[in-house]
Amino acid sequence: MQPFRYSRPGDSREACAAGAQPGAAFIAGGTDLLPLLKEGARVATGLIDINGLPFADIRHEAAGAWIGALSRMSDAAADNRLRQDYPAIVEALLASASPQVRNLATIGGNLLQRTRCLYFRDTAVPCNKRRPGSGCPAWDGQNRGNAILGGSRSCIATHASDLAVALAALDARVVLQGRHRRRQIPLTEFHRLPGDTPDIETVLEPGELIIAVFVPATACSRHSTYLKLRDRASFEWALTSAAAAVELDGNRIRRAGIAVGGVATKPWRLPQVEAALAGARSEPATFRAAAELAGQEAEPRQRNAFKIELMKRAIIGALTKAGNLP
Amino acid sequence: MKNFIGQPVDRVDGPAKVRGKACYTADVHPPGLAYGVIVAAAIAKGHVVRLDTVAAEAVPGVISVIHHGNAPQLAYAPMEPRSMVDPKVGEALRIFQDDAVLFSGQPIALAVAEEPEQAAQAAALVRVTYAAEAANSDFARASQTARPPRQSAQPWSRPAELRRGDADAAFAAAPRRVDASYEQPAEFHCAIEPHGTIARWDHDHLTLWDKTQWVDHDRTAIAHVFGIPDDYVRVICPFVGGAFGSALRAWPHVAAAAMASLLVNRPVQLVPTRRQLFSAIGYRPQTVQRLRLGAGEDGRLTAVIHEVVAQTSVYEEYTEASIEPSAMLYAAPTLRADYRLAPMNVNTPCPMRAPGIVTGNLAVELAMDELAETCGLDPLKLRLRNYAESDAQKRLPWSSKSLRQCYAVGAERFGWSQRPATASGRRHGRWLIGYGMASALYPAHRAPASAHAELRADGTVAVTSAAGDMGPGTYTAMTQVAADALALPIAAVHFELGDSLLPSAPAHGGSMTMASVGSAVHAACQELRTKAQELDQRVRLPGDDRLAMQRAYAQLLARHRLDRLTAETEAKPGEEAERYSICAFGAVFAEVRIDPDLAELRVARLLGVYAAGRIINPKTARSQCIGGMVGGLGMALTEQGLWDDRLGRLMNASLADYLMPVNADLQSVEALFVPENDRHLGPLGVKGLAEIAVVGVAPAIVNAIYNATGRRIRSLPVTPDKILGLS
Ligand SMILES: Cc1cc2nc3c(=O)[nH]c(=O)nc-3n(C[C@H](O)[C@H](O)[C@H](O)COP(=O)(O)OP(=O)(O)OC[C@H]3O[C@@H](n4cnc5c(N)ncnc54)[C@H](O)[C@@H]3O)c2cc1C
Ligand code: SF4
Repeated sequence: MQPFRYSRPGDSREACAAGAQPGAAFIAGGTDLLPLLKEGARVATGLIDINGLPFADIRHEAAGAWIGALSRMSDAAADNRLRQDYPAIVEALLASASPQVRNLATIGGNLLQRTRCLYFRDTAVPCNKRRPGSGCPAWDGQNRGNAILGGSRSCIATHASDLAVALAALDARVVLQGRHRRRQIPLTEFHRLPGDTPDIETVLEPGELIIAVFVPATACSRHSTYLKLRDRASFEWALTSAAAAVELDGNRIRRAGIAVGGVATKPWRLPQVEAALAGARSEPATFRAAAELAGQEAEPRQRNAFKIELMKRAIIGALTKAGNLP
Repeated sequence: MKNFIGQPVDRVDGPAKVRGKACYTADVHPPGLAYGVIVAAAIAKGHVVRLDTVAAEAVPGVISVIHHGNAPQLAYAPMEPRSMVDPKVGEALRIFQDDAVLFSGQPIALAVAEEPEQAAQAAALVRVTYAAEAANSDFARASQTARPPRQSAQPWSRPAELRRGDADAAFAAAPRRVDASYEQPAEFHCAIEPHGTIARWDHDHLTLWDKTQWVDHDRTAIAHVFGIPDDYVRVICPFVGGAFGSALRAWPHVAAAAMASLLVNRPVQLVPTRRQLFSAIGYRPQTVQRLRLGAGEDGRLTAVIHEVVAQTSVYEEYTEASIEPSAMLYAAPTLRADYRLAPMNVNTPCPMRAPGIVTGNLAVELAMDELAETCGLDPLKLRLRNYAESDAQKRLPWSSKSLRQCYAVGAERFGWSQRPATASGRRHGRWLIGYGMASALYPAHRAPASAHAELRADGTVAVTSAAGDMGPGTYTAMTQVAADALALPIAAVHFELGDSLLPSAPAHGGSMTMASVGSAVHAACQELRTKAQELDQRVRLPGDDRLAMQRAYAQLLARHRLDRLTAETEAKPGEEAERYSICAFGAVFAEVRIDPDLAELRVARLLGVYAAGRIINPKTARSQCIGGMVGGLGMALTEQGLWDDRLGRLMNASLADYLMPVNADLQSVEALFVPENDRHLGPLGVKGLAEIAVVGVAPAIVNAIYNATGRRIRSLPVTPDKILGLS
């Protein structure tokens, strides 16, 4: 680890100004940042501790829920209203990491965690995301965990957050505070595709903070669920996951939000699947037909083609649960 | 008065461990300690052309950056004969002695600084220029040109082949046949305590605090590296936080710490990072095994052909006993077993719990399940039909064998008769249910060991031996043995281990500590009791009351104006190994639940039933066994080293990416012991218990997966994509 300065700003103005300095990094729970610093996969010369800022509460309004960026994953997971009205969020959180990590890790930090691509954290090997222009060894290497959607020749790393997948399905927005303005961005537009610049992962500007996530309360959000498939039963990122939110009208689906994780370079909505579900009967045949559409744009590499089928099954599994079918 | 042997005595070192008072290697901080951090090679083969240390040396607090350009040439005197824990062919890696890079992750420099963070920063700033060459990093390719190990006259070398009868002819003629290949990836020990060394020179004497399973070997090996007499080196290691075989050898980083301490003239601590540990020590080698079983219509084996290919490094031939299980498990009249090596640009593998035996046993037990199906027999019946009444390979009787009882107790407890006969025959909601089983065995060994016992004025006894305790409970078991031999309370016995100044002991590995060191402790304490009695024949020692006994010892010593009475004994194995084949046996049963749509898998139940001679402490024995069984679960479902063939580098060298199983993978695990007392291996009746617990678990689980799904998966670990038949 390289030496760094440490500061603890008193308000968000100060924080944003400090965060805009070259080499600066915000630190919240530190559960992702510190391992990266220790391994040298990221270098920061100034750590700006934002834990003192007033963004830790969870507020419920008729229009939706405001989840403060500094609320801990464990606090959000234990929030009763979230559990009732946005079950996919709580399920995604409880399927993430371990209780110990969740006690420290924050909601904002979760959305900004870096990929688990095997090459990203090992500084002895090339990686475009870590060292732009150095190459992408995952392309022809150990890519079983990598993305089948949204990749480019520069990078096929998945976005690892479970929470972000649930939020994407629920039309959540990210609330950002910059030096000069506050803005809201749909979660699905917050992360960027890798393209030729896989090192730039979000639309955040220098010094800009995530201060909250807003989730609209809808008929869909109440009937939502998160299904995660992984290589071990706990304490492991998704091999493939699916969030499904459906609004039912009798036994017909009025509207559905479907997002998948572990398969794409960013939290990934599936509009073609949603379109196939809208207006159809809520039954296994519908789910199967709709899920079939999910794999159309997939571009697998040598070791991850199985994710196409696994993704379809995860979608069917999540829909079956969200549709309250046996 | 009840014996302590056989009782579930609490761990005597438990309170210290729970309170953080147990001092592990990296907890030692001698005054003036400096810290070393390794710079590891980023290429798999080639040379270091240039090492630029300017930026590293400019880091505040840096004392030195050591590498082949400035390191002293060390003696590296050969050990004659080689130790049982070192490969018999090839040369161990010599630290910083030349510019050659033999594998990715090889230590090529060491930054030493006042603080660990300074050393880490300096290590990161060392700029290395390499001349890289094409490396041999692809096991599939390397195994195509696999060759027999070179033969060596060294003791402990293993045969590269086993033969009895004409197995190929018998296989060709067999009416029932199985011919299958099984792949098992490299597995890593991942003990919770990282390896580490603290080295301190006092003039020409060296003290090492080192994570090791064998202080005596560590001492001798490092003395040879520096070309100094053995007794100039002292190795201390009272506690080991898990090792599983990874701390048997004196690894290159141990020599590096000692070299650094010599150069900077201060004590130096060296603890490799978690990523570095994957290449600083060894691992279970990757293997591919082809197994052919020939049998009659009735399932009676007529032929076993077992071909093993295992990876090793380019600089040492590490070999394992993988072909032994096929020779010993069942009563087949013919056998051909061949062991082949695939040398690669990797660090040398090393023993990992039940080395070789667990590997070979895996192939045999997976193939037996396939044969059971081919013959239309229940897998347990097939095993009973081929029960080996003696060791057909060594042509020796077993010293004891209660495997039949293990099968019976296990089948009864587990409810084996409820096994769905056909694949995917039983469902519980969305879960398919499958049962599987496997046999297990592990050869029991014993080696010479010494112990010292000292009766003190207060009637307590201090017993010592240079043994190790990596967690199984050596402290507790030896305390029980001593307490029984001297008829003392547990609290009146103080057992000390893990210091090369103590009476010599063999490796704390191979499940032989109890049989070896236990026998020595038993003998020393018996001798001490006799000596005490001989002080005064008129006194009748109250051997049936432990507290009275302690007082009696105290009075005896006082009356004879002695402040202590001592005995030291060396206990050696006899000729039992020439007259008997000595093994621990076990039967493992598994129930799995699989969602066939989502590929979710849970092991609902694991039951191991063991016949391992006398069980000294059922509590620590159970803990030992369920731990081993969880290791087997990892082997079956989650653990695998993933090398990048082009970079020649292990890419999942972290505990986030190398997946050890977690509690949620396993819903219930139980270990049972059938009563047994082995009359041949030593006075305590034990056969050793540790390695056996990992054996048989993976095949039991994989066989259960077949029973649930009808899918034969012949490559470990069984990940969701394989369950779905997608890769
Ligand atoms: C062992 C382990 C297992 C895990 N398993 C899972 C899993 O299964 N699923 C899953 O989704 N996640 C998992 N995680 C990831 C974990 O959820 C994240 O590490 C955590 O949520 C990050 O939050 P933090 O507060 O610790 O962020 P930090 O580490 O403090 O920060 C992470 C990044 O976000 C930036 N940042 C943090 N807060 C803000 C803010 N408010 N505004 C702007 N920038 C900010 C930091 O600068 C940094 O770049 C796991 C982590 C670990 C260590
Ligand atoms: S996929 Fe992305 S993160 Fe992984 S090696 Fe390639 S560039 Fe790096």
